[in-house]
Amino acid sequence: MAEIKYIGGYPEHFRKYIDIVSRTRMKRKDYTPPAMNKEEQQEALKNHPDYAPGGKRKISIGQNKGDIAPIEVADLLEAYPVITPDEIDLKKADYSVDLMVIGGGLAGTTACIWANKKGIDKNKILLVNKLRHGDANSIMAEGGTQVADRKEDSLRAHYLDIMGGGHFANKPDVVRALVSDAPLIMEWLHELGVIFDREENGDFAEKFAGGLSRKRLHYCRDYTGLEEFRVIRDDFRNRQISYIEHSPVIELLTDGEKVTGAVLYNLETGEYSIVEAKTTIMATGGFGRLHIRGFPTTNHYGATADGIILSYRVGAKLRDTDTVQYHPTGAAYPVQIVGYLLTEKLRSAGAQPVNKDGEAFVYPLEPRDVEASAIIRECYVENKSITTPTGLRGVWLDTPMIEVKNGEGYIKKNFPGMNRLYERNNIDMAKDPVLIFPTLHYQNGGVETDPWGHTNIDGLWVAGEIMGGVHGKNRLMGNSTLDTMVFGRRTGISTAEYIKSGKKQGKLTLEHLPKYIKMIKEAGIKTNRKAPILLPEYRGKAALARMIDIF
Amino acid sequence: MKKELNIMERIAEASKAITTGVDKKDVEHWVEVHIMGKAYKVPADLTILTAIEYAGYRFVRSCGCRQGHCGACATIYRIKGDYKLQCNLACQTRVEDGMELVQIPFTPAPRAFYDILKEDYVVNVFFKFYPEVARCVSCNTCTKACPQDLEVMDYIQAAIRGDFESMADKSFDCIQCGMCAIRCPAEIIQYHVAQLGRRMYGHYGEFEPEHLKKRIEEINEGKFEKDLDELTSLSRKELEKLYAERIREKE
Ligand SMILES: Cc1cc2nc3c(=O)[nH]c(=O)nc-3n(C[C@H](O)[C@H](O)[C@H](O)COP(=O)(O)OP(=O)(O)OC[C@H]3O[C@@H](n4cnc5c(N)ncnc54)[C@H](O)[C@@H]3O)c2cc1C
Ligand code: SF4
Ligand code: SF4
Repeated sequence: MAEIKYIGGYPEHFRKYIDIVSRTRMKRKDYTPPAMNKEEQQEALKNHPDYAPGGKRKISIGQNKGDIAPIEVADLLEAYPVITPDEIDLKKADYSVDLMVIGGGLAGTTACIWANKKGIDKNKILLVNKLRHGDANSIMAEGGTQVADRKEDSLRAHYLDIMGGGHFANKPDVVRALVSDAPLIMEWLHELGVIFDREENGDFAEKFAGGLSRKRLHYCRDYTGLEEFRVIRDDFRNRQISYIEHSPVIELLTDGEKVTGAVLYNLETGEYSIVEAKTTIMATGGFGRLHIRGFPTTNHYGATADGIILSYRVGAKLRDTDTVQYHPTGAAYPVQIVGYLLTEKLRSAGAQPVNKDGEAFVYPLEPRDVEASAIIRECYVENKSITTPTGLRGVWLDTPMIEVKNGEGYIKKNFPGMNRLYERNNIDMAKDPVLIFPTLHYQNGGVETDPWGHTNIDGLWVAGEIMGGVHGKNRLMGNSTLDTMVFGRRTGISTAEYIKSGKKQGKLTLEHLPKYIKMIKEAGIKTNRKAPILLPEYRGKAALARMIDIF
Repeated sequence: MKKELNIMERIAEASKAITTGVDKKDVEHWVEVHIMGKAYKVPADLTILTAIEYAGYRFVRSCGCRQGHCGACATIYRIKGDYKLQCNLACQTRVEDGMELVQIPFTPAPRAFYDILKEDYVVNVFFKFYPEVARCVSCNTCTKACPQDLEVMDYIQAAIRGDFESMADKSFDCIQCGMCAIRCPAEIIQYHVAQLGRRMYGHYGEFEPEHLKKRIEEINEGKFEKDLDELTSLSRKELEKLYAERIREKE
């Protein structure tokens, strides 16, 4: 085939479509499609991967037997452990601590700091990381963090927005904790020196996001997670709390009931090690890398649901496993950035989704599931999409509109990350629109907890994206970076209290594994799947087909 | 006969190169790259990161967020016919024919320990914890190395002048990939210096958030407790009604 000719980063034949978007821009400037009513939303949602038939099944074993989950998740719940008890020597622990935190994203790192602030010695805390400390979804958050701190806003309004966004399935006590602690977290971040964008008068700059009734989104350019995380990690380092990298947890240990430690696996040497811990906080984040329903994802390389699987094996209850969040605006072109997140704030700032004919076809700030559905409908039902050279469909996000509305230079100043992403691909997003399609983004449900992040299992807390209940069936933007820090802090405080109440270290066993295996067998599940998977598989098919294992 | 795919299956099919690894038979354009000296033929539209995977490597290091935010995949390379040693992120850089590359899995870069609450907001803080900043010879090598295209030398110079605001602004998009520090002839670890400077600026240089303080006072006084007691006890129906009646603040 002849080489494709590119103009401004796009194949030449895209230019005629881009012209349509440019020509219609001024007409659309003062027009925003009306928000959908409830019936229209329901109709649109039929095209959502969560509502369209297929893709899910019942969990057939364990405490959530009968609940619905994505097939990819149910499969991993119904999988064999990666180790057998007889190959692991539990007689002597390699690390003996009061608190083990698994996963150093915002949630885990915050938890360590607060346990330390509450008197747990830095050497009695251990943060375990699968990759480097910070290779996490947290560092990728672009848009912002919700905190109801303006006088026009209130905890009440924040609460209602969350419940509505979550389709009223949220757990009220954890939502209450979330909205009530949000201002405290903001104050803590300011004290640590996190630099939030400000108005001229020095107030925090605050924006709308999908599903919000008040401007509440605080942000740090479009690097919110990066700025929050690197500052928190800096404080963690200054406290000299212990941590290990490239050594994921592959199984929890229990004394028969209570969680008492974990088995770690050194990804580089293949050696295992044993941690004994009086308390454990699971903060392993989400599951985007399972590519639910075959969707590309925004998530980091290690987002493979390990924590959910391991917690389930020791008896922790899950909830709201039936929904998954797809972000409406993932990149659809060029192929090397497909699935990348294009922050919702682009739409808050005026960018409109526009179809092939140059029509604005959806209110830009519908709740995420509705917005995503409308885009999928436009691509696959209305057929008003653009098809990329690799066969993906997408519609335009009219980013130049942002500068029409806010003035020249606005994108570069306010969205440096986005701008850089496209610039690297020779696309000027201030001049040309970008092609979008929904991408797998967030694990709405997870492990159920009380307002202090404690699970139904003694010795086990969870914090962050792994939690279920806070966001019900659908999370709103800016509430998950918030929940990581609210519940990171709460679990840190709660474990510190538990430790200080004089609890003893329990014995280390893998007793729960034979029981779990028995359950799988008794349910008649025929499989040789193993979990946790730790990392996704992206090696080229040709190379894989010829791989042999000889030493 | 081939079964007709539904919408979800069509989406999955179109995305499969990204979600399951690339299949040779779907590739039209190829380039040759040299990964640590070994030649591999890889699809032309891959990034360095996905090309390494295509070649058969499975990352347990040097791969983090895959979206240009974490700095794990710093890579150095030369392009055929060009003497320049280039630094970039493997996940953000497309492969080119004849590229010779290696990833930098780790940067030895010890950092200082400090408590910003105990430091004075003066230029000395930089010299106290990172005295080597004074050795900067203004060679601009760091700026050339930066995959984020930051003016690294300028932010180091701003630190030396004690201009916290400018240092914070210029270094803000730093992803702490370590490339500048590896190249610096004065052995400065620029991104640690910047981290200290930004925190100082965020804490001391920014306005005090008055409305936030007020809100926290209100919370401490229990101002919202009644509201929250009520809301948490409402039935779904009642909540739905309140939700529908919400009035959205004006733009
Ligand atoms: C691209 C992107 C943009 C986002 N934007 C926003 C936003 O604007 N606002 C917002 O509020 N939220 C946003 N989110 C969501 C939010 O960032 C995440 O939900 C949140 O940061 C999750 O934090 P966490 O600490 O729970 O998990 P993570 O930050 O993912 O951290 C979990 C850590 O645990 C590690 N881990 C996993 N398994 C194991 C194991 N077996 N052993 C040891 N360690 C393990 C992981 O590698 C990782 O380092 C965004 C998410 C993404 C991906
Ligand atoms: S300033 Fe240095 S550490 Fe930061 S992004 Fe640039 S090269 Fe990487
Ligand atoms: S590379 Fe080092 S010496 Fe050269 S300008 Fe940068 S900081 Fe200064």
